[in-house]
Amino acid sequence: MAEAEAESVVKLLGAWLSPYCYRVIWALKLKAIPYEYIEEDLSAKSPLLLQSNPVHKKVPVLIHDGKPISESTVILRYIEEIWPQNPLLPTDPYEKAVALFWIKFADDKSPSISKLYRSDGEEQQQAAKECWEMLEAMEEEGLMEGKKFFGGDEINMVDIAFCSVAHWLGVIQDFAGLKILEPHRFPKLSSWILNFKSVPMIKENLPDTDKMIALLKRRREMLLAAKSN
Amino acid sequence: MEEANKVRLHGTWRSPYAKRVELALKLKGIAFEYVEEDLNNKSPSLIQFNPVYKKVPVLVHNGNPIAESLCIIEYIDETWKIGPRLLPQDPYRRAKVRFWASFIHQQLYETMLTVMKTAGEAQEKAINQLLEKLQVLEEGMQEFYPDEVPSITAQNMGILEILICCLLGPYKLQEQVLGIQIINPETTPRIFSWLTAINQVPLVKDSAPAEEKTLALLKFVRDIALKSSSA
Repeated sequence: MAEAEAESVVKLLGAWLSPYCYRVIWALKLKAIPYEYIEEDLSAKSPLLLQSNPVHKKVPVLIHDGKPISESTVILRYIEEIWPQNPLLPTDPYEKAVALFWIKFADDKSPSISKLYRSDGEEQQQAAKECWEMLEAMEEEGLMEGKKFFGGDEINMVDIAFCSVAHWLGVIQDFAGLKILEPHRFPKLSSWILNFKSVPMIKENLPDTDKMIALLKRRREMLLAAKSN
Repeated sequence: MEEANKVRLHGTWRSPYAKRVELALKLKGIAFEYVEEDLNNKSPSLIQFNPVYKKVPVLVHNGNPIAESLCIIEYIDETWKIGPRLLPQDPYRRAKVRFWASFIHQQLYETMLTVMKTAGEAQEKAINQLLEKLQVLEEGMQEFYPDEVPSITAQNMGILEILICCLLGPYKLQEQVLGIQIINPETTPRIFSWLTAINQVPLVKDSAPAEEKTLALLKFVRDIALKSSSA
């Protein structure tokens, strides 16, 4: 047995509903990196998760050769640096800086999407406004006319970072009975979403919509009940 | 119009985010033009260069604008491979530093802002959160400084030093205005030595605004917070 040939062990701790976990799954699959996926029960977190991410106790966590890395964007950058095949960031420093700007924008604004199902009344309206503003910025400033993806002809880390907008927003807004992502108002964004979800690797790795709705319903009921107590 | 290799920073002395970029440029010895923005009367350039947020800092290099201080700092580190490396070379260590940069940026900065801008119960809650998070950072420092905190110089300051300096460098003045202790040398000895060492670096001292100016700004922010909370 040639020890020098031993495969590096990559483990991903995740939760099937989390868009942040899918960011990492897509990056690993796009780069054809073999990994072991461990589904975490977030109501009963494993000792491995608590030990690997003691600060936030959240998924996703990537464990590479026993070394844990937390925070999906930090993980994506690490994956890009260790496994440069099928690059997910531009090599030109300026274009990379612009990509990192949009990835940070996605990180900062995406939480408003989950607030849509976690709140009601004024709070929910505020979250809807924040989502609208995020979509506006993407439509006006982020998506270039004629470009299929943020990454050009192929998806890159920016497209992946906007996962919540591509899949979760549609499901959550329908569930909440809201109309935020309207195709006539956001034509470029709507095309982008269709294109993004048509990429085979993405299409084959998306959480089931019915399962999502069932879980969102349960979570919303629990959260609103807790609030009224 | 000679834009080649020209570096311009749009900032304001009041913004710790702009200060981060200013320090990064100075640490690397990069010559730059500084434009002080009046945030109540933003220049057309600023709005054009940062249409999404319309905020400082914005770095303009070779006529190309970059926004978001953390993105700017990474760009600076990659483009000018001189002076101290602001992030480590090793990918795993880089990941650790990025994790803690994100922690300081998201958790500490936001909580500190809440402490500055609220009063009464809301402020008490924020103060407790801040102190808890500082404890988390104190323990976390063992990841990037497993032994003692090293002696900090302009040659070895990195992104984490920049971030903590721009937030809590003036901690003594902040404590004075808020009337609370933020950095306790007994409960957070590492953070205390770290800040003390950073504040002694000549470049950091020279870049800080005069104490009276900072004090006046902190008092101004506090006064607004107290007025709006009693209204």
